[in-house]
Amino acid sequence: MSTTVPWHRVRELGSKLTTPLHPDDYLRLVNPLWTARELRGRVEKVVPETDDAATLVIRPGWGWQYRHRPGQYVGIGVQVDGKFQWRSYSVSSPPERSGRTIAITVRAMPEGLLSAHLVQGLAPGTIVRLALPEGDFVLPDPPPPRMLFLVGGSGITPVMAMLRTLDRRAGENGRAMPDVVLHYSSPTPDRMIFRDELHAMAERHDGLALHELHTDLDGMLDLADLDRICPDWRERETWACGPGPMLDAVEAHYEEAGLADQLHLERFSLDLRGEGGEGGTITFRNSGKSIEADGATTILEAGEQAGVGMPFGCRMGICHTCTLRLVDGTIRDLRNGDEFGQPNEPVQTCITAAVGDCTFDI
Amino acid sequence: MAIADVKEYTHLTEEEVEQIGRELDAIRTEIEESRGAADAAYINRLIRIQRGLAAAGRVTLAVGTQSKKTRKPAWVAGAALLGLAKILENMEIGHNVMHGQWDWMNDPEIHSSNWEWDTAQPAEQWKHSHNYVHHQFTNVLGYDNDIGYGILRMAREQKWHPANIGQPVYNAMLATLFQWGVALHDLDIERIRKREKDPKEMKRQLRQILRKGRNQILKDYVVYPALSGRNWKATITANATANLARNLWSYVIIFCGHFPDGAMHFTEEELEDETRSEWYLRQILGAANFEGGPLLHILSGNLGFQIEHHLYPDLPSNRYAEIAVKVRALCDKYDIPYTVGPLHRQYGQALRTIIKLSLPNHMTSSDDPAPPQRSDTANEPSLDRRRKSDEERPPRRVELGAWTRSAGERSHD
Repeated sequence: MSTTVPWHRVRELGSKLTTPLHPDDYLRLVNPLWTARELRGRVEKVVPETDDAATLVIRPGWGWQYRHRPGQYVGIGVQVDGKFQWRSYSVSSPPERSGRTIAITVRAMPEGLLSAHLVQGLAPGTIVRLALPEGDFVLPDPPPPRMLFLVGGSGITPVMAMLRTLDRRAGENGRAMPDVVLHYSSPTPDRMIFRDELHAMAERHDGLALHELHTDLDGMLDLADLDRICPDWRERETWACGPGPMLDAVEAHYEEAGLADQLHLERFSLDLRGEGGEGGTITFRNSGKSIEADGATTILEAGEQAGVGMPFGCRMGICHTCTLRLVDGTIRDLRNGDEFGQPNEPVQTCITAAVGDCTFDI
Repeated sequence: MAIADVKEYTHLTEEEVEQIGRELDAIRTEIEESRGAADAAYINRLIRIQRGLAAAGRVTLAVGTQSKKTRKPAWVAGAALLGLAKILENMEIGHNVMHGQWDWMNDPEIHSSNWEWDTAQPAEQWKHSHNYVHHQFTNVLGYDNDIGYGILRMAREQKWHPANIGQPVYNAMLATLFQWGVALHDLDIERIRKREKDPKEMKRQLRQILRKGRNQILKDYVVYPALSGRNWKATITANATANLARNLWSYVIIFCGHFPDGAMHFTEEELEDETRSEWYLRQILGAANFEGGPLLHILSGNLGFQIEHHLYPDLPSNRYAEIAVKVRALCDKYDIPYTVGPLHRQYGQALRTIIKLSLPNHMTSSDDPAPPQRSDTANEPSLDRRRKSDEERPPRRVELGAWTRSAGERSHD
């Protein structure tokens, strides 16, 4: 896209013709990617990685910013039975200034309706909705001289974006790969996503040491073994991504060693550790519905129980699709106990619960 | 006559009324559970068609009027395409999306919280005056501003005033300028006249109407004519014709909803301790359907199924036809009056009421159908028809789709 054309000025003029709609509301009917109102992308390729995982190569439409940082995730919304379902996945491709596509790698979860749909059901050409990259599980620039990655299963995807970035830089301008140790656990060799690419990468760079662990044969990683696998782990900045129990163990291990500061974690599930609210009656003003909810039920769940057409996205507090206007009352963020209660404040409903009676504008 | 108690009027027992409520709830659940890809495809297809028609109409007018040979047919085709697009947008798309009929799709582009429709009335005010006031207090005297819109006397219980003699004229004006009548509806002319309206709120609403109305006028009467070059006059008249066609059509459809003879009014007593099941009954007794083919129903936003729309304002409109079969069977089973007729008869009855009620009651006869059973309250004047003040009503909606307003405007409210 050329930077010389003042696109926003053009759109503003166009909106005089299309008011009360936006020009994009018409243009997207000509080409689905010609709209910045809701970000969209077209699935260009579906690359099978393992039996149950695939990489989706997506070409984003107008309004996309390609400057994601390696390790960040994007939201992806797909219409299933007429209803948009949203999930967040790490971008596995490295950021490219000249890039026109992004890649996400998805593993089908046995109980995950959407992940199975993404892996098996998306034909090239499908239009999906996108949410801009977010997350602070990222590779710093410049990277620290010594790094350790602790990865379990599909937790490889954000790490892959970081490794590909390091690999590309090493290739492009001869900057040496920093001293990287990657410990990668997977049930079997077959289920190991990116196995071949990682092998090739390790071969290319002396700085990259790859430890594979096949947990079906050899059992889970015992963190006491870290001293053997990577004797200098205490001196390395560490990124860990994988299943919840693994991350809990890693977190505890680093805290015990007094090294919590140099550990970066990426959790792909909601961690509601904050105190609950007291609950109360939640009123949905526009639809005239209301429901009693306890302090552990999120506003979103309560609204859905009451039969209100609540907007939602990731359901874990990151994408802000679920934001509604709190007209009256107080709510509490279940992650950290923060309270919100200004009249007409926009709040996220998927991670908050009622503290007494409250009213929403929907 | 106005009904003070729906149970009494329909001679149903409390148990029967509750049973009807449960059966109507079951119909809702069935539809909610079967909403899916086909419904989503319907609304998306309709939006595509509507925007295509609008674009085709604009282009036909801008290009086709340039040559002398094509000027006339282009004017006719352009005005027709544009009028059709405006009708579809207002009736089947805008009205229904703002009711939340498509919120279940979780698509922010087709959601009640941020839809803005192609008419002068700002969506926020519509959602208050229509979704809340009219649908909650349907046909209750003194509560529902849609009984005559503060301009016409549409119920015998409303006090006659000499100014009512002009009703046929006001009616014709309302039909012609319908979009502007709708635009002013939430201001509540009657309350302003009685100086009961909060001046601050009135100013805010007026600002909103002016802002939206200005953009609508600019679009149809300045920008597109300017793009037509020296044939700007043809574009102005075609756009005015399209707006007029939409005004007349939406006026007729809306007057067929609650003004034909079978649609009853209610007094305030009915609202007291009204259960959900009684609310359902009031919706059936207060609304009137009209018959027609699928195309007529789409062009009227499926408001020919006014009864079903009032029972389930937030279920997808494309399902009303199948819901109507079930609701009608239920009404037959319990001998509940179900008003339906051809469009011309329904509108004819509404027009007759407008003309009749321009005169005092003693000069005309009532056209109300005989109730299923005599009610004690027949022909008694209602007690207190005072309009509720803002304090007596629940708080109003202040939010409009965030993307249609700048941050500065939001902070004013």
